[in-house]
Amino acid sequence: MSENLIVPTMAEMLAQGKQPEVLFWVGCAGSFDDRAKKITKAFVRILNSANVSFAVLGTEESCTGDPAKRAGNEFLFQMQAMMNIELLNAYEAKKIVTACPHCFNTLKNEYPELGGKYEVVHHTEFLKSLLNDGRLSIEGGQFKGKKITFHDPCYLGRANKIYEAPRDLIEKLDVELVEMKRSKANGLCCGAGGAQMFKDAEKGNKEINIERTEDALETTPDIIATGCPFCNTMMTDGIKHKEKEAEVKVMDIAELIANAQDL
Amino acid sequence: MSYLDNILFAIVLIIGFGYFISNIKKIYRNINLGIDVDRKDNSKQRWKNMAMIALGQSKMVRRPIAGVLHIIVYAGFIIINIELLEIIIDGLFGTHRIFAFLGSFYNVLIASFEILALLVIVSVTVFWFRRNVVRLKRFVNSDLNGFPKNDANYILYFETLLMFLFLFMNASDLHLQDIPGGYSHFIKAGSFPVSQFIAPLFDGMNNDLVAMLSELFWWLHIVGILIFMNYLYFSKHLHILLAFPNTYFANLNPLGEFDNLEAVTKEVKMMMDPNADPFAAPADGDETPAKFGASDIQDLSWVQLLNAYTCTECGRCTSVCPANTTGKKLSPRKIMMDTRDRMEEVGRNIDANKGVFVPDNKSLLNDYITPEELWACTSCNACVEECPVSISPLSIIMDMRRYLVMEQSAAPAALNSMMTNVENNGAPWPYNQQDRLNWKNEN
Repeated sequence: MSENLIVPTMAEMLAQGKQPEVLFWVGCAGSFDDRAKKITKAFVRILNSANVSFAVLGTEESCTGDPAKRAGNEFLFQMQAMMNIELLNAYEAKKIVTACPHCFNTLKNEYPELGGKYEVVHHTEFLKSLLNDGRLSIEGGQFKGKKITFHDPCYLGRANKIYEAPRDLIEKLDVELVEMKRSKANGLCCGAGGAQMFKDAEKGNKEINIERTEDALETTPDIIATGCPFCNTMMTDGIKHKEKEAEVKVMDIAELIANAQDL
Repeated sequence: MSYLDNILFAIVLIIGFGYFISNIKKIYRNINLGIDVDRKDNSKQRWKNMAMIALGQSKMVRRPIAGVLHIIVYAGFIIINIELLEIIIDGLFGTHRIFAFLGSFYNVLIASFEILALLVIVSVTVFWFRRNVVRLKRFVNSDLNGFPKNDANYILYFETLLMFLFLFMNASDLHLQDIPGGYSHFIKAGSFPVSQFIAPLFDGMNNDLVAMLSELFWWLHIVGILIFMNYLYFSKHLHILLAFPNTYFANLNPLGEFDNLEAVTKEVKMMMDPNADPFAAPADGDETPAKFGASDIQDLSWVQLLNAYTCTECGRCTSVCPANTTGKKLSPRKIMMDTRDRMEEVGRNIDANKGVFVPDNKSLLNDYITPEELWACTSCNACVEECPVSISPLSIIMDMRRYLVMEQSAAPAALNSMMTNVENNGAPWPYNQQDRLNWKNEN
């Protein structure tokens, strides 16, 4: 049964002479990774139900260049950046929302100097503003009373000091929000950043995602919430490694909100 | 009247400060080996950061035990050094306790110096136990093997010794002050809440001997301070001075924002400009092609080099590094120590070759820092967030990765495939860009 997601593209909008309120930057993980695609769809369901006028770039979107930059390939990064900026400027994009902290950080902090100046928000910030404006209501639903711990993505937290928006959203779900011993500015990386996602780790005595999963499991949560598709992958792998997938779920905040309202 | 003492004192002072200043000049020269980066902006915020982080030690107390003890030693260092002013005037002009005329205020001053001195001794003792008995992991990590480990203890011994000399100087002075009818120039001045318990040691001793000992403690104390000051240049203890400029000049942008290489921007713009003539001679023909990234200290910025001199090797960065704590070779502290060691090596090379660096077939990359360390970094910024004096090991790691990738094409194979995918498909995985919106219709 195909669901009826309304996902206009910028090209379609332009053809109708319309400008959306916000451009949803889906990102590579959100477009191609099977797990992350569920996050993308959950976010779209919320946008649809809140009647937010948005559009995606669709097949015109391309990697922000973040993994290339963190790997040290400044050339490739800037080529990607300039192509994307040309496109975004052609559509006269003003405001961009994305569910990927890596895209978020790159678009927000590294594009302006190259000519791409937009208001860029992470989806947790955007959802928080919808909530504040009364355009979105959040109820606990199936999550009421559950124990949830939030893993801070490095590129959302330390990199951009966004710690409260995701937590405020979780608390609206009528759940018990528990903090790991290392959280917020002291949060431990999931192991995926800096292009590590795309290579094997160097020789060591432990995988970083296992170390972080242990932090999370210490809080005996029902759900580990994240706000990053890469953290999601790393924590999901960690939970599988610990054989806890029956008891503990790893979910994005957009999924929590969408599922709570049976969207 | 003999002026021998005063002349000798002046000579000691001149040697002490002279050598110190010559080394400070070397530090300044070495830092300027780095490439220029503009940190003149936003001076208001910069002063504020310096006041909060260096003067106010706001980041030290993130670890409360070490933080509070450190503040005691730091306050002791600053406040007790007010006494130095009196010592120098007394030494140069042959006076004794020149500020005694301040009366009860002088008593308060001396009393607070003494209490601080005692607190410093206690704190330093706890520090020593943490390093040598409790052996906290960050103090016994292998990157500290050799001189760095000894250096840390030398500093603690030196500080303890200086505090004891100060207290013994006061104790002997007090003993002589209390002699009925007075003794020589030892006037009644000061209040001695701590050294009054040391003073009885001198009971029964010949007065002239006590006076001599008092003089000896005085001399050892000031000479000790001068030696300690000159030891800074060779030690991690340099942070007591450089923490101030380092916090002032630190990066003010969000931690996630990595700089965009300007030289690359120029080339990319030319590549993407349809009107650019690829065969045209460059406008400024004499320009040497830029080197992308860093393989040695001359490729780093002066701020990064200042960072290296400022690092006091506390290891908070390494203790929160996800790579290091899971057994990888990377240690952000070692990145800073290596950078300083190499910078010193280059500096010695310049000194030995009349002010010119003669290539020595060595570099920061490979000879000090290995690619294995660089590739273990997740760029999570934990080290940067943790540093009590705003050092960024991450920026050096990134610049060196840039050199590996853009100058040597020496990325791990898996990253090369990722980059090829980004280049060809606009995604780090081998999916077709035309399929980017397929998720919309999938279940």
